[in-house]
Amino acid sequence: MTIRVLEEKCNGCGLCVVSCLFDAIEIIAQKAEIKDNCNFCGACVDACPKEAILLEKKEVIKKDLSAYKGVWIFAENRNGKLAKVSFELLGEGKKLATSLGENLSAVLFGEQTENNCQELLKRGADTVYVMDEPALKNFQDDPYVELLTYLVNQYKPEILLIPATSQGRSFAPRVAARLQTGLTADCTGLEIEEKTKLLYQTRPTFGGNLMATIICENERPQMSTVRPKIFTEAEVQSPKGKIINIPLPQNSGESRINLMEILKNKEENIDLADSDIIVSGGRGLGEAKKFSLVSDLAKVLGGVVGASRAAVDADWIHYAHQVGQTGKTVRPHLYIACGISGAVQHLAGMQTSEVIVAINKDPEAPIFKVANYGIVGDLFEVIPALIKKFS
Amino acid sequence: MKIIVCIKQVPDTTEIKIDPETNRIIREGVEAIINPFDTYALEEALRLKEKYGGETIVLSMGPPQADSALREAISLGLEKAVLLSDRDFAGSDTLATSYTLGKAIEKIGFDIIICGKEAMDGSTGQIGPELAEILNIPHISYVSKIVEIKERKIKVERMMEDHYEVLETMLPALISVTKEINEPRLPSLRGRLRAKKEKITTWNLLDLEGEKKRFGADGSPTRVIKIFHTEIKKSGIILDGNVSETAEKLYEELKKQNIV
Ligand SMILES: Cc1cc2nc3c(=O)[nH]c(=O)nc-3n(C[C@H](O)[C@H](O)[C@H](O)COP(=O)(O)OP(=O)(O)OC[C@H]3O[C@@H](n4cnc5c(N)ncnc54)[C@H](O)[C@@H]3O)c2cc1C
Ligand SMILES: Nc1ncnc2c1ncn2[C@@H]1O[C@H](COP(=O)(O)O)[C@@H](O)[C@H]1O
Repeated sequence: MTIRVLEEKCNGCGLCVVSCLFDAIEIIAQKAEIKDNCNFCGACVDACPKEAILLEKKEVIKKDLSAYKGVWIFAENRNGKLAKVSFELLGEGKKLATSLGENLSAVLFGEQTENNCQELLKRGADTVYVMDEPALKNFQDDPYVELLTYLVNQYKPEILLIPATSQGRSFAPRVAARLQTGLTADCTGLEIEEKTKLLYQTRPTFGGNLMATIICENERPQMSTVRPKIFTEAEVQSPKGKIINIPLPQNSGESRINLMEILKNKEENIDLADSDIIVSGGRGLGEAKKFSLVSDLAKVLGGVVGASRAAVDADWIHYAHQVGQTGKTVRPHLYIACGISGAVQHLAGMQTSEVIVAINKDPEAPIFKVANYGIVGDLFEVIPALIKKFS
Repeated sequence: MKIIVCIKQVPDTTEIKIDPETNRIIREGVEAIINPFDTYALEEALRLKEKYGGETIVLSMGPPQADSALREAISLGLEKAVLLSDRDFAGSDTLATSYTLGKAIEKIGFDIIICGKEAMDGSTGQIGPELAEILNIPHISYVSKIVEIKERKIKVERMMEDHYEVLETMLPALISVTKEINEPRLPSLRGRLRAKKEKITTWNLLDLEGEKKRFGADGSPTRVIKIFHTEIKKSGIILDGNVSETAEKLYEELKKQNIV
């Protein structure tokens, strides 16, 4: 792809500079000059009143992609149970399949998967492709990559959605690279564009400040990893689909990586991302000891404890509890932020929670902008009152 | 043992502000830094070298300005730096970036490659696994601890959502590291001096001897077609009154919504 400024047309007005989100245009000697960090998004082309910017798309030898049909979701098997995000993918995948007029399938790897397969059918899968082998009991990158690639090559789905969990984010990129197709990470919006029938994949970027919409025009499948807790779970219905058992192909399923041990009982290992109620504490708590206030409130509400980075960096609580850009993304029914200012990096991890309550003594704190209920006050007085009321 | 660390230069996102009128990122005064997660990768490379010996090389693909990120890595103690820079690398998505890094890494030679968990700007975390695939070596993401390297085997702990795993694999291998793995050091004075003088090797597309169509925008199956700014604004209400009144009000509200 190339982008050029037609010097004879450019009058150096600078509208392109303003339109560029990547800061990739400069006016030098009255002419626009496009720098190396250009992303070829074309915003400047639209902005230029003189039609002085020319974006030449690569000569795409249009591949015949008609063999690729249907929407697939990868169902995540976590210790023998389906991760909830699998149902969210089915819910969203159904919408996409409907707009394409195609089928929705789920892929599942594991051991003794019968119940889970039924569950996937009940949540609307038209087909469940399952590989059921003792060797697939636990998640392992190598066999997952090999087998999913094998299935894709065999059945050619048009769209493949994989949970943006630790598992998915680890193995999906390898699948994409092996298939030489694109992969859009951490999608929070998915849509079929009407004219082109392409999958429009929208994801947060720059720490959640900006959203980017990404397409994959000329390779298949169109692959996305999808953030948990963004889409609504598919409803339970009477199963109509079928299960297709697929045996392991010969000489497959090998892993170069040895899973030696699973350490389950580290105290810090809470699963924030799956919790419905989270009470988080920040620097406003002042000291480690005071975190007990937060955990007490979490306890009476039946929730778990989260934290801002400031609290984690101060060693008041383990990193596993950190919510935000560098921590976990959560979307509970109820998120209570105690003594947290609401920096964008923190908001990036929690602003899609259903109900947000903020307790902060500073009425100007940005956390109040995303809060459904704000309490302006001293948390050392407010939290004990809440504990009393809610117990 | 040859240890390669991949780093990316990113804008310091705490300072990113959006101009509400034009929807553009305000870049004036925004500093470019080493992707915070990559500082843990650099530190881990130094620790491996101190423990097991070997050679450390830092690699980055980016515009010529990324030179300063590489110099910072040298000031921390990394020995060699390679910058991949070419106009034709522009518009690379993760697949093209991994291909480019992979070509350079093949040229350098390697036993272990260390990446950060993800880059602060794009936050995909895809480069590590894609790069490993291109090099056809195993990868382990989210490494929170290197237990040991013995007889060309590396044993690590990886952090998953609700548990840790202990994993072992043969070298050569790629790992991407999380922030629990270590506490990065600060540059030494000697390092700073060396960083100033060090010659940074710079390679362009021709130096990499790859297939032209797999670099840059041409080698990128994905394309960004729109970038926009969103701000979630809730029509929130402030609960006032004394503390027991606010507690009462909150309780009523949450009860109404079936949350408690
Ligand atoms: C690359 C990068 C990544 C980051 N990732 C994350 C991330 O994942 N998660 C994250 O949280 N942060 C992240 N941050 C940090 C973020 O920018 C903020 O520094 C951090 O979130 C601030 O935490 P805080 O709100 O607890 O502390 P502060 O910003 O210090 O806020 C404390 C708040 O408590 C209030 N307060 C004080 N005393 C009381 C009291 N007695 N009663 C009531 N209120 C009180 C104050 O008014 C203030 O608003 C990141 C930063 C960078 C650079
Ligand atoms: N342009 C680049 N040059 C070198 N390393 C990179 C580059 N982009 C990403 N990386 C590495 O890949 C990791 C994951 O990046 P990302 O997939 O962009 O989130 C980073 O932490 C870096 O270690």
